[in-house]
Amino acid sequence: MTADASTPITLIRGAWIVARREIRDQFRDWRILAPILLLTLFFPLLMNFTATQAVDFVGRYGAPIIGERLIPFLLMVVGFFPISISLVIALESFAGERERQSLEPLLATPLTDGQLYLGKMAASLVPPLAAAYLGIIVYLIGLLVKVQWVPSPQLLIQILSLTTIQAILMVSGAVVISSLTTSVRAANLLASFIIIPVAQLIIGESMIMFWGRYHILWWIVLAQVLIAIVLMRMGLRLFNREELLAREIDVLDLRGTARRFVSSFRSGARNPMEWYRGLFSNSLKRIRFPILITSIILLIGFLVGYRQADVFRLPTEIFEVNAFDKDWLEVLRGFGMLTPSGAVRILWTNIRALLLATILGVFTFGVVAEILLMAPLAITGYFAGFLTQAGQGAAQYITALVLPHAILEVPAAILAGAAILQLGMAAISLPKGSSLGDGWITSLAEWARISIGIILPLLIAAAFLEAFITPRIAVWLLSGS
Amino acid sequence: MSSIEANSLSKKFGTFTAVDDVSIHVKPGEILALLGPNGAGKTTTIRMLASILKPTRGSAKIAGYDIELEQEAVRSAVGLLTEQHGLYQRMRAGEYLEFFGSIYGLDPSTIRQRTHTLLGEYQLLESAGLRLGQYSKGMRQKLALVRALLHEPQVLLLDEPTSAMDPESAHHVRSSIDELRSAARAIIVCTHNLFEAEALADRIAIIRRGKIIANDTPVGLKRKMVGNPVMELQLARPLDGALEHLPEGIVIIASGDNWVRYSTSQAETVNPRILNALAKAEIPVVTLARVERSLEDVYLQVVGDDGLREGMGDDR
Repeated sequence: MTADASTPITLIRGAWIVARREIRDQFRDWRILAPILLLTLFFPLLMNFTATQAVDFVGRYGAPIIGERLIPFLLMVVGFFPISISLVIALESFAGERERQSLEPLLATPLTDGQLYLGKMAASLVPPLAAAYLGIIVYLIGLLVKVQWVPSPQLLIQILSLTTIQAILMVSGAVVISSLTTSVRAANLLASFIIIPVAQLIIGESMIMFWGRYHILWWIVLAQVLIAIVLMRMGLRLFNREELLAREIDVLDLRGTARRFVSSFRSGARNPMEWYRGLFSNSLKRIRFPILITSIILLIGFLVGYRQADVFRLPTEIFEVNAFDKDWLEVLRGFGMLTPSGAVRILWTNIRALLLATILGVFTFGVVAEILLMAPLAITGYFAGFLTQAGQGAAQYITALVLPHAILEVPAAILAGAAILQLGMAAISLPKGSSLGDGWITSLAEWARISIGIILPLLIAAAFLEAFITPRIAVWLLSGS
Repeated sequence: MSSIEANSLSKKFGTFTAVDDVSIHVKPGEILALLGPNGAGKTTTIRMLASILKPTRGSAKIAGYDIELEQEAVRSAVGLLTEQHGLYQRMRAGEYLEFFGSIYGLDPSTIRQRTHTLLGEYQLLESAGLRLGQYSKGMRQKLALVRALLHEPQVLLLDEPTSAMDPESAHHVRSSIDELRSAARAIIVCTHNLFEAEALADRIAIIRRGKIIANDTPVGLKRKMVGNPVMELQLARPLDGALEHLPEGIVIIASGDNWVRYSTSQAETVNPRILNALAKAEIPVVTLARVERSLEDVYLQVVGDDGLREGMGDDR
């Protein structure tokens, strides 16, 4: 029976039954069929005409390079236009079927969630991709006949890869969007979250192609493959019977959300002691793996900075030991150090940096946050590398200038990075059966628990150490007085 | 052994409890009506039994399969008629059934043969050439029922099977469901139609706010819920003074100008005494009859007026 999806063949067989029906259905809908036919046959011929005219025109003015760059660019465009329909089909397939309430009979069958997801993905991808490939063939045949232009195998594979992965990206993004809505209208409104980044991507790819740096396209393909994997994982998590049927209407339930947040933040604690106990015994335990990853990333940041000192050299005289005498304390005082307001300023700077890292981390699965947190460590590493090159004792300077407050600041940064990573990954590592909203609110509450309970106290202490203790230790250790 | 065994099933959506500690047992050949107003938890219960939703608490076995551990097997053993028919508008009946048949792993010749038989039984053969978007509401509901029966499931879960049908179609579907009982299937019919529940079910479970508040045969429910038989006595003249002739121990429920209703556990002895007493007093009696108690009385007794207002219907 199809129900047994334990082998890849049965998995694909079940998915194909779903896909076949939807594809057949699409070919009965003139609103889908007409643009596909238009973009497969008419549009490539139009692009063909444009390309030949452009080549002729620029050739007359001694700028054939423009024509050379235009032809591959139009090849990409010919592939992209038909796959843009895949987004519409996917929204219709996922959100539309839910809206028309034809999904429940399907959910009552022995098909697994994975088979349904894959089937619908395939149904959204196959017709637009087939149209795109066909359009590319039509365009290339036209060029071969008219201007005898043949793409290099590398360019052809790049264009086909970009076309395919962009279609997968849009469809997997559409699944995530559809899981957040119950109507096609709402899904279409949210689709701008896919259309705008993809449009930016096409602009970027166009610039790279006109620039003639085709090898960069491989990196773009790789980046898109990674994002598509993340989105597909997310989609597989969200496309489950529980989530599909539990969501009845799209209502912004601020009160309910706040209740969920407060409940997760309190985590059942009856007093601050219990709350703190839970923080250390549960919350920290949950982010063990992100802590390990962040620690490794920060260490890599330090080592990369250290290595860069060899690449970007500075004159050694900019750093003088004599600078660290007692007068230096007065200089620092002039900058607000050794004063409470200086400590507050340091604290505020650190908090701002972590908030920025959090906001960016949320939208980038934690990646940008980790990169931001790497920066101070990379600068410290660079500093250490520079001192080593200058023949000065790096360990001594690090101990004097960084270590006193870094003892607290670095653990705070590691914990912050881990909490942001956990929050950023919340969307793709949802507990089974949990909705995107619920999972994210729970992770946000966990981030707030760790930030308020551990990171903030660490940062406060570190700021006061940096303002009052580090300068004195630096003078004591480096000037000998 | 029951084909449907649900023990203490509960389902929460966030803080809202949709189903609360529901236990249901249905034997093969038996029909249970799950009766309750809209939003009572009928559909959520059905969805849990069909392994579409996971219970928050409790357990259930369908045709011997655990609804949480053997979900695909449960779904293979269940035929579910959903509240919304959910047909694909551009397909034809044959294609539609072929699609679902192949999902259930039926071979093409079996699908063809069953499609022909079932479409014939449900008077849909003549419209087999039409797109499903052209079907009437009743035809759509019948086709959805055919879809639920196509793989010959051991358990049928029917959510409002006649909700959109004209009286004739509804009657036909009810008869078909009644016939399915003899095929040794366990059937649950979710409905808010009292007539349908009474006409079809061997047992009726009344559900309200997620809880089963009564579960018995229609007769048993009436006996348990509405208490002693109620008698109505109608006189040929106003009641003035007539009540004095009624024996002690009977409970007067209601009275009008020339009639009185009372309840008694011993109608066989009480009624002759009343008639004798009235005859002696020369008070003419028009009728003395038992007041028939309907399922609606039971329902009102169990769920109260609120339940009726929440969406109870008698759209027979």
